[in-house]
Amino acid sequence: MRIEQDIHNNREHETLFYILAVLGGLVTVAGLAAALYMEHNGHVVTGMNNQVVWGLPHVFAIFLIVAASGVLNVASIGSVFGKVIYKARAPLSGMLALAMLAAGLAVIMLDLGRADRLIVAMTHFNPTSVFGWNVILYPGFFAIVGIYLWTLMDRQMNPYYKAAGFAAFIWRLLLTTGTGSIFGFLVARQAYQSAMLAPMFIILSFAWGLAVFLVVQWVMFSWNEVRLNLAIRTRMKNLLGTFVAAAFYFVMIYHLTNLYFAKQAAFEHFILVSGGIFPILFWGGYVLLGTLIPLILIYHPTISKQKGAVCVAAELVLLGAFCLLYVFIIGGQVFPLDMFPGMIVSSTFYDGLIDSYIPSTPEILLSLGGFGIAFTAITVGVRVFKFMPEDDVGSLESAGHMLD
Amino acid sequence: MNEPQDKSRRGFIGTAAAGVAGLGTLALAPGLHLIEVTQANPTGAPSQGASSKIRWGMLIDTAKCVTGCDVCVKACATENGINETLKDPRQGSQWIRKIDLKDPKFDRTFSLPMMCQHCAEPPCVDVCPTGASFKRADGIVLVDRHTCIGCRYCMMACPYKARSFVHQPLTEQNPEVPRGIGCVESCNFCVQRVDKGLKPACVESCPEGAMLFGDLNDKNSEIAQRIAREATTQVRADLKLNLGVRYQGI
Amino acid sequence: MKRVLVGFAAVLLLAPAVSIAGASKPTITIENPGECIAPAEEMRRNHMEMLKHQRDRTLRQGIRGESASLNGCINCHASKTTGSVTGKGGFCESCHSYAAIKLDCWDCHQPKAGKKHATAEEVKP
Repeated sequence: MRIEQDIHNNREHETLFYILAVLGGLVTVAGLAAALYMEHNGHVVTGMNNQVVWGLPHVFAIFLIVAASGVLNVASIGSVFGKVIYKARAPLSGMLALAMLAAGLAVIMLDLGRADRLIVAMTHFNPTSVFGWNVILYPGFFAIVGIYLWTLMDRQMNPYYKAAGFAAFIWRLLLTTGTGSIFGFLVARQAYQSAMLAPMFIILSFAWGLAVFLVVQWVMFSWNEVRLNLAIRTRMKNLLGTFVAAAFYFVMIYHLTNLYFAKQAAFEHFILVSGGIFPILFWGGYVLLGTLIPLILIYHPTISKQKGAVCVAAELVLLGAFCLLYVFIIGGQVFPLDMFPGMIVSSTFYDGLIDSYIPSTPEILLSLGGFGIAFTAITVGVRVFKFMPEDDVGSLESAGHMLD
Repeated sequence: MNEPQDKSRRGFIGTAAAGVAGLGTLALAPGLHLIEVTQANPTGAPSQGASSKIRWGMLIDTAKCVTGCDVCVKACATENGINETLKDPRQGSQWIRKIDLKDPKFDRTFSLPMMCQHCAEPPCVDVCPTGASFKRADGIVLVDRHTCIGCRYCMMACPYKARSFVHQPLTEQNPEVPRGIGCVESCNFCVQRVDKGLKPACVESCPEGAMLFGDLNDKNSEIAQRIAREATTQVRADLKLNLGVRYQGI
Repeated sequence: MKRVLVGFAAVLLLAPAVSIAGASKPTITIENPGECIAPAEEMRRNHMEMLKHQRDRTLRQGIRGESASLNGCINCHASKTTGSVTGKGGFCESCHSYAAIKLDCWDCHQPKAGKKHATAEEVKP
């Protein structure tokens, strides 16, 4: 009876796996079709315009890129900082990083006005441009994480895993610094022009990456009907709590500082109070759903012990991530440039007006297509590779690693 | 096989047909043909190119600028072939636009044309990943559409919202001003006119004479003398971008 | 099996011969007789390099009036029927569609000859 039940479960799982993989593939294909449609007809079919130049695809892409470098952090905690329970999680973390970075990069590249000029982008290099740096940083990330995975998977390469892990750690710090600096280096707009954005993005990547990892880990363990050891669960959820709180600190300091500058007052009022969808997403999406409720789920003595509490907390953190990025990227663009302080301006180019942005269907499909790529790659990857973290709790306890 | 004979026969027929067609063209419209050839090789010798001894600049007197007048905008659109219509006007290209301003406390109203300010330290050039956004030796900032990949980072970086993105395929471009889908563009001081010794279309067309164009590096030019004598302002001067365009009366 | 392989090899070997015998060459119409800026053989081989280098000299350095001007090519080579170098029978199109090399020049450059553009007199009010 038990055996029949197990076989039945396995067959159900087989079918479910194929359904999931095909679904992921379909979403990806829809995204690619949307990209082709946008490339052929031009961005006129999108909701982007000359004021809001980066739309929903960029929100999704930047989330994927930041989370990708953050999810690698789980491996770094093991390889670089020597926390043994994370070492078993390093291969999965590396694979997730590669899948998500590829997805984010695909969405960004497909949204280019001239996506057919990728070769031009790779052969013409402007050293002062962060996008130019990315042409080196992104392929470098793929190569270094690839080598890192190799050192983890190949027994002969095992002695080099610490060096590879360290290189991967430093490289991903450079990459996320670049991502934050894309905005931080822009003196033109009130939402950006801040040196804080680079470290803020680093902390956000820690939180979002770990959240993604926890969700994937939870799904894998449930799928295989394995229970995660309680002590490991506690340590990981506490770490997520720390990262979420640290991220919140950075966001608060960023807004608080802005509030002290008279020239930023109108912009802050727009984002935090009067901007319609933006304050709703910020306070409701990021602060409440994305920070406060996860912290309760993580730290409350009774609630945190509930089955699935950590997974729900991680998912809420990711929802909050989207809300924050939407407010940051779109909100930062709809607010008009302040060229003539103190004056009321109007023009045929929509100066002085708060713009509105409504993503169109091709944009939504392209953005979801990025998810499709990451989801399909991860689903197939965890099936093909034996990356599920296996914790030998007995030996970990006896070696005292559960406490360090 | 039959190949060599086929080739020579075809070649003869082709040449003969072309010759007849060509003679026909000459007979029908000799003048037209000559003009076309002349345009291809204007004076024989190529020009020297842009020189860093020159720095092109503009001076705009807002006191002379009339609210509601947009002759400069229309002249720019005519000269540069900006003639497409879009359903959503926010996606339309505007290389120059009239901005109407009002001081809320004192109800003073005035207007001015705003275009690419041709900064000496252009943020758009710093951020362009391929170097498509560049500054010419004579100070004109423009986009090399051969290398532009349409990432729109320069549009995020511009403090003056001077850049536009072409959202749809174009077919009615001016042959001297190539512009097209997927690339970013902005006012280039009508570089095709400046290189012929003419002034930008907007400056040429202003009925009030509010716009002055010239070489900022030439102490004897009208623009340099006026800037030396009269007070002028750069928009967003605190950014210290060292602009090529200056305004009076703001 | 052997017969299938022999038949397959035969088709592969004969195909080029068949294509050479009845090869279709591109129909290129020279609208205006006379000399191009270089002999036809040199133009065929090098026009892309000529255009590419000159475009950088014109755009980046502002050097005007060199011989390989795209507008110069268009004004002379444009089809008399369509007025353009693209589209059916267009000079550039006829060879490029034969060689299956996509051109993206015309996304930005005006392929129709003789398009009037505003002069200084016209833009004055």
